[in-house]
Amino acid sequence: MSLRAFGLALAALAALALLPWLDTGFWLALGIGIAQYAVLATAWALFSGPTGYVSLASAAFFGIGAYAVAVLGEALPWPVVLLVAAALGVAVSLLVGFATLRLSGVYFVVFTFGLAELIRQLVTWFEVNVTRTIGRYVFLDATQAGIYWQLLALFALLLAAGTWIGRSRLGFALRVIGGDEVVARHVGIDTARAKIALFAVSALFMAVTGAVMAPRWTYIDPAIAFNPVISFQVLIMALLGGAHRLLGPLLGVVPLTLLFELLNAHFPNHASILLGAVFMLVVYAVPRGVIGLLPLLRRRAVA
Amino acid sequence: MSAPLLRLDALTRAFGGLVALNGVSFAVAQGDIVGLIGPNGSGKTTALNLVSGALAPDAGRVLLEGRDVGGLAAHRIARLGIARTFQLVRVLPGMSAGENVLAGLAFGRDAAWGGTAQARVESLLARVGLAGKALVPADALTYIDQKRLELARALALSPRLLLLDEWLAGLNPTELQEGISLIRSLREEGHSILMVEHVMDAIRSLCGRCVVMNAGRVIAEGPPAEVLAEREVIRAYLGDEDA
Repeated sequence: MSLRAFGLALAALAALALLPWLDTGFWLALGIGIAQYAVLATAWALFSGPTGYVSLASAAFFGIGAYAVAVLGEALPWPVVLLVAAALGVAVSLLVGFATLRLSGVYFVVFTFGLAELIRQLVTWFEVNVTRTIGRYVFLDATQAGIYWQLLALFALLLAAGTWIGRSRLGFALRVIGGDEVVARHVGIDTARAKIALFAVSALFMAVTGAVMAPRWTYIDPAIAFNPVISFQVLIMALLGGAHRLLGPLLGVVPLTLLFELLNAHFPNHASILLGAVFMLVVYAVPRGVIGLLPLLRRRAVA
Repeated sequence: MSAPLLRLDALTRAFGGLVALNGVSFAVAQGDIVGLIGPNGSGKTTALNLVSGALAPDAGRVLLEGRDVGGLAAHRIARLGIARTFQLVRVLPGMSAGENVLAGLAFGRDAAWGGTAQARVESLLARVGLAGKALVPADALTYIDQKRLELARALALSPRLLLLDEWLAGLNPTELQEGISLIRSLREEGHSILMVEHVMDAIRSLCGRCVVMNAGRVIAEGPPAEVLAEREVIRAYLGDEDA
């Protein structure tokens, strides 16, 4: 993203920050939903876009952040809790990275999905056998507006990080890897290290998102925090928007958050079937994402 | 006597039951162009892959100025100064020609990034005959221009040794002459090159020495004119009746 586009994006975020003064009910709740998925999908695309490695571990990092709050929220000052969540997300991503980034294609997808489930089961086991209770209460005096602003700030930070990485040697290395991994190795790129570094940045933002969102639920258990639907929604939003550009995922986040909101409200029992249909439609109809359609539209407008 | 630039020492590599390389030894001296020839399937590309780090040897050593680099990761070998092109040309498809060259510059032995890198990208493109094409998408280039681009990317690594895997294959006669003179000009600049090649005219006119392989072994070695006349070499290529 150019510096000018980044400036415009910051201005837009500043304007959006005014929302809580206009409405504190439905629209703010919707704003939180959109901001949450904006961070998650953009963070997902930061790693998966250039490399083409499709990760289904988003829920794992999100849940780790949420659980950091559930366990430490009342014991430590809020900024420290966020730092711990970030550190945990990074630590787990490094472990996963060293174990899995040698895998490619469908093996990587399956492994990340399995990993998210494994962490969920481990947390469940720990809660049942050690703490002897499956759920936890999060009593923090966080307001809806506060959560919304934190998510916007996080998104701004993510855009800054994404812009910086996009112009850095690391971002370029990832594009070379995405283009041809064999060539990447033969021009001197330590491909494993580059991928792990970006995977960690991506995980950091997902974990902090989970932490910021945790107080909103008051009650969390592993099924909520590590809900695999999060991973799938993040994936499909990023793909719909376009994972190759920093602002691409946002174009998928806004319409799909609205759509899922509608589906959940009107067809609560069939939401996951409809979700699956949306998945297939997106993959078949817009394989390069909405942002991939823009050059086509521009060409047509010129012609 | 100091160690040669590159020496393969009893290099062996098998794929399952197929022994692709069986105790291969030869050397490339500083400033030399060595041709590696032999029938299809004789192990030439495997030898190149072991030198560039694309594959690890089962046994034997790859000595770069006396240091064993066999089995190191490809990116470490690239940073030590061995660059290569690929048998089936591999440009980075979604990127411009300039970015393809930058890929070679940004992470190599004498790495550059930013303004200094841009100047070097331009001069490398000009060096291989692609001046002014920095912004052209790599996959929009013609076949020979993609080959030139791959060469520019390899040169961007400031290699001590350049590996060319059938770089001249698939060119028409005019392009072939251009290609040969381009490689010759690299030799005049002092580059050391190990080239796998089927184009015998190129081997004769470029290489000081050539190494002939058959069925995973070196069967002959020496100046091209002498080696190509050897009975065993003719037999490997053409069969017993013609030998």
